[in-house]
Amino acid sequence: MKNNYGNDILRFILLVAIQVLVLNQIDFGGYIDPALYLLFILLLPFEVPGWLLLISSFFLGFSVDIFSHSTGLHTAASVFAAFVRPGVINMVGKPAEYEASLKPGIADMGFRWFFIYALLIVLAHHFVLFSLEAFRFEEFLYVLLRILASTAFTLVFIITTEYIFMRKRH
Amino acid sequence: MRHILAFIWKYNFFFLFLVLEVAALILIANTSYYQSAVLNRITYGVSGNILNTWSGITSYFRLRDENLQLAADNIRLRQQLTRNQSSTDTLSVAVTDTATGIQYRYTLAKVISNSTNRRDNYIMLNKGRKHGINRDMAVINADGVVGTVVSTSDNFSWVMSVLNKHSKISGRINRLNQMGTVVWQGGSPMMGTLTDLPAHVKVKTGDTITTSGFSHIFPENIPIGTVRHIALNKGDHFYTIQFNFAADLNSLGTVYIVKNLYQHEQQELSKQVIDEK
Repeated sequence: MKNNYGNDILRFILLVAIQVLVLNQIDFGGYIDPALYLLFILLLPFEVPGWLLLISSFFLGFSVDIFSHSTGLHTAASVFAAFVRPGVINMVGKPAEYEASLKPGIADMGFRWFFIYALLIVLAHHFVLFSLEAFRFEEFLYVLLRILASTAFTLVFIITTEYIFMRKRH
Repeated sequence: MRHILAFIWKYNFFFLFLVLEVAALILIANTSYYQSAVLNRITYGVSGNILNTWSGITSYFRLRDENLQLAADNIRLRQQLTRNQSSTDTLSVAVTDTATGIQYRYTLAKVISNSTNRRDNYIMLNKGRKHGINRDMAVINADGVVGTVVSTSDNFSWVMSVLNKHSKISGRINRLNQMGTVVWQGGSPMMGTLTDLPAHVKVKTGDTITTSGFSHIFPENIPIGTVRHIALNKGDHFYTIQFNFAADLNSLGTVYIVKNLYQHEQQELSKQVIDEK
């Protein structure tokens, strides 16, 4: 089956726009910095080639970076999130070959599957992002709090968005 | 050689990851180089124009507050029109030019992007080199200190907000005339920390912290915040004071960029003193 990435490109642009124009400008109270743009990495089809996954994630992070003067931070975190994605998929269960048209969303894989899948990737991303951001061991507790609080918020945003735009399978 | 290539090909996913991750880390490590490179002309151009257009739409929602703030600022300024002059002595100097002795020049700018969620927060303004904006200029608003300009392109500039781990501003407890250093330790964007204030002074909650005027960047007496919690650990010689920022850094609209006309001269002089030691 030939894959058409038109939807993914559109999603890339929309998510980066929402991230840098809306979410980054809102104050969520110091510890919380949600990264809705990760939904792009999460929703790429199962059969996406590794190089495409990594490179598109690189540009995803880079686009967010140039809008927030956080040179390289989101790039590093996004590339890492893309790197762990195949492993996470293997861990939470890959659909069998004959189900090749399935997509990694709530509609196809169910809430439980998607929740664990998203949680692990978001955690990996936030861990890299906030550790590199503080880059001081003395702020360990602060970083930990930031990772946990932001992961919770990012998950809420991602799952809500997923439900809003979910297409029922017929 | 064939084997190495075959090995890399077999694990191409991992090696590509390594290359991209290292590229990202190099970007982080060389921030200052990257900022001065050609790349920033392109990235600032793209991000600046998009953010500028977007803020042109969203700024309408803040017009009411903005107007009140500016009106209040105007009243305050009317009461102290000579404050920006370093010399008001009209007996010894014949003042024919009212611009004599002006040390600070102000440029109006609009905030087109602002974050408070990160450990290092930056603000983008719609004024750049073309408008005479350079590194190390102060940024304040009607309420108080906002940050320092760190890099500029032709039309835009990035400001390091006081909510940044690299931000260090010389502050003063106004009532006592005692100096300290203003930093931000993360967490709430309303609260900053004043350190290096000697333990023998009697500081109280509610005391005002303003700029000291010793920094070559900020003019004197710009409000920074009001003291909230005072802590003195056993054995410490310095207080750690939590204070509320005077400026609401979360809803910035219009700000002023302050150019110190004597900055170069002051820096030269300090350099001479250091060299002579």
